[in-house]
Amino acid sequence: MENGLDPAPPLLEVRGISKSFGAVRALQAVDFTLRAGEIHALLGENGAGKSTLIKVVTGVFPRDAGIVRLGGEEVAPRSAKAALQAGIATVYQEVNLLPNLSVAQNLFLDRQPMRFGIVREGEMRRRAKALLADFGLDIDVAAPLGNYSVAIQHVTAIARAVDLSARVLILDEPTASLDRHEVEILFGIMRQLAKRGIGIVFVSHFLDQVYEISDRITVLRNGRLVGERETASLPRLELIRMMLGRELAETTSARASEGEHKAREICASFENYGKAGYVAPFNLELRHGEVVALAGLLGSGRTETARLVFGAERADRGQATVEGAPVRLHSPRDGVRHGFGYCPEERKTDGIVAELSVRENIVLALQAKRGLHRPLSRREQDEIAKRYVKMLDIRPPDPERSVGLLSGGNQQKVLLARWLATSPRLLVLDEPTRGIDVGAHAEIIRLIRELCDDGLALLVISSELDEIVTYSDRVVVLRDRVHVEELAGEAIDVGNILAAIAADSVTVALEAHT
Amino acid sequence: MKGLPPVLITAFVLVAGFALCAVQFPNIASTRVVGNLLTDNAFLGIVATGMTFVIISGGIDLSVGSVIGFTTVFVALAIERWGVPPLLAFVAILALSAAFGAAMGAIIHVFDLPPFIVTLAGMFLARGASFLLSTESVPITAPVYSTVSDFALRMPGGGRLTAIAIIMLVIVIGGVLLLRLTRFGANVYALGGGRSTASLMGVAVGKMTVKIYMLSSLLAGIAGIVFSFYTSAGYSLSAVGVELDSIAAVVIGGTLLTGGQGSVIGTFLGVLIQGMIQTYINFDGTLSSWWTKIATGVLLFAFIALQQGLVALARRPVTKRAGATT
Repeated sequence: MENGLDPAPPLLEVRGISKSFGAVRALQAVDFTLRAGEIHALLGENGAGKSTLIKVVTGVFPRDAGIVRLGGEEVAPRSAKAALQAGIATVYQEVNLLPNLSVAQNLFLDRQPMRFGIVREGEMRRRAKALLADFGLDIDVAAPLGNYSVAIQHVTAIARAVDLSARVLILDEPTASLDRHEVEILFGIMRQLAKRGIGIVFVSHFLDQVYEISDRITVLRNGRLVGERETASLPRLELIRMMLGRELAETTSARASEGEHKAREICASFENYGKAGYVAPFNLELRHGEVVALAGLLGSGRTETARLVFGAERADRGQATVEGAPVRLHSPRDGVRHGFGYCPEERKTDGIVAELSVRENIVLALQAKRGLHRPLSRREQDEIAKRYVKMLDIRPPDPERSVGLLSGGNQQKVLLARWLATSPRLLVLDEPTRGIDVGAHAEIIRLIRELCDDGLALLVISSELDEIVTYSDRVVVLRDRVHVEELAGEAIDVGNILAAIAADSVTVALEAHT
Repeated sequence: MKGLPPVLITAFVLVAGFALCAVQFPNIASTRVVGNLLTDNAFLGIVATGMTFVIISGGIDLSVGSVIGFTTVFVALAIERWGVPPLLAFVAILALSAAFGAAMGAIIHVFDLPPFIVTLAGMFLARGASFLLSTESVPITAPVYSTVSDFALRMPGGGRLTAIAIIMLVIVIGGVLLLRLTRFGANVYALGGGRSTASLMGVAVGKMTVKIYMLSSLLAGIAGIVFSFYTSAGYSLSAVGVELDSIAAVVIGGTLLTGGQGSVIGTFLGVLIQGMIQTYINFDGTLSSWWTKIATGVLLFAFIALQQGLVALARRPVTKRAGATT
């Protein structure tokens, strides 16, 4: 409960907010407290519920339960506009302003100074200039906003929000597309606003920046509140532990017995493989019957590595080799041709086709591989679907049901089945256990192990460190888009992975390999 | 919002074209020809002004030609057959066309339908309704018509600035002021920049959509009245395809078909360019008048290519451009 030391109510109080999308519980009884004049970092991995929390508080999504108090009074905005009027403004990474209008029009749209029904352009520009001067900007406010850099657009959006008498300012990944100098400017503005008593919520996955700017940190994980700490008294290692968590320790059996570590054949290898500005060059060997995990924080280059391996992104240097023969991986088609499969993180948008049936989803990749002029007969389709529904225990066991009606775990299995049907040699799984319930979770992990025992090579990305420890033969740790460490065998444990992620200095990449 | 470069190019095309015409036919460079050009294209200038607002807001209005046709028939019948005083007939048809536009705007907003489809339906509806009223051309003999047709301001050099040309110029100037100086105008640009963003920034998107299509249809109604003055008749087949001519004028005038940028002045220049080509063909005497369409088509291609080029340039990664205005 509120302690006696702080008699004034906090600026923004969020209590017991819950929100579900269908069967997925995106937020479960989350609390969040923002005090006036503080910069409060809201952290968590992808899918932790940060965005959902922001959208629920600002009325973009309706909430299932919980209350929001602003300055002690309960508020329930129904739209972003209503939230803005109440005094809660959000500036998203994608600036929500109009690039075709002038800077001044953007600042004063729908509230321009008027005289006799005519916009007082000169007065508006003068005010715009004065407003931006407060933020240290001296630019031509008559020029279209789109002419300016993203940093200036961000500052303009913040200036507009503050001028609309915002008391709470939510900045969602504001620094993602800014360079170092621009970040400095933005931080200067944030500190100045905080001094004025505005409460700022700072969402970011750049931990250095979080430590530089924030007074307090709240961490979410899997839709739940992990904790709220003061930044100064929270060591980085502890913060990462909070973000990546350790809950799942008891769910699955130990790693495959060490006795099976025969000399495994190399399935695919990547030498000095990379793409400028995407992932630093790395060396990676994937062997049959082996699980290699990619660990790291959001934005560290895990998914980027996976996309390069599959061919979804084209590498600009290095050589890929499959079963000893050099190959080119310039498109997903190339990947599929060489027997690769890829289950992306965003199941809903990049993976399943919700309207199609389980059967149609399963045969999709196989059909694409065969080509359109060699259609699979309905009987073959039925057989394949039945086989995988049984093998992966997809429930309900009805191949004709729309995939959209299945639970997250079963959708994930359908996606797995799709690639297994193409008999791949290498399967890339990006966050295979994201957004599925604990029971299905354990089952997916068991499946990963089984597939691997059948000789498949697996590359798995996961934010769940315990999970990684459970099934991996090797773990590649990434930080800031560089492969910084590779752990194998006994060295794989949560502590070592965390230490590698949290290591402060930028170590030279790939010492383990070359 | 200074969409100047494309407009400047339009102006250059107009001046250069006019100079070329004048070299070949020195008589073209007279106030007489210019006056006729304004008169002949008065109705087009009026609808194209309305179309500019619609296109800048990110929409399109295909119904305007049909609204002009309906207006001429309605006005002719009201005055000649039903004995309605001309002024009352004008007020009635303007109210009717404004309501028609408002209804289309409301449907577009409420049902979130593409403007192309809704105004296409409006186009068939208005054209069909005018046939329902009369399939034949109805001549208008009311005295107002001869008075207005005879009225003209003398320009130096013997040119006549007719009443309908004056109406058009007034509407163009009004359109420029409305778009440039008012909150309504700023909101039109805002809608073209992004509907959902504009809505988040506090623009009443629904109301604006209704008003914009209402304005377009209202101006189409005025263009219809002007057209009836021009031909002294009401005919259900008049102004077929004018919606496309006006879209062409808007695009040649430098307005982005995807919305967000453009100007009424540019549209006016676009109308003049089309009129100039028509005038040249008349002077030549041997060319088919369909060459107007061919020339317009070529110009359209050129301008759309130009705009795509400019858009591609604007999309190039911006580095530091603080303080840059050009």
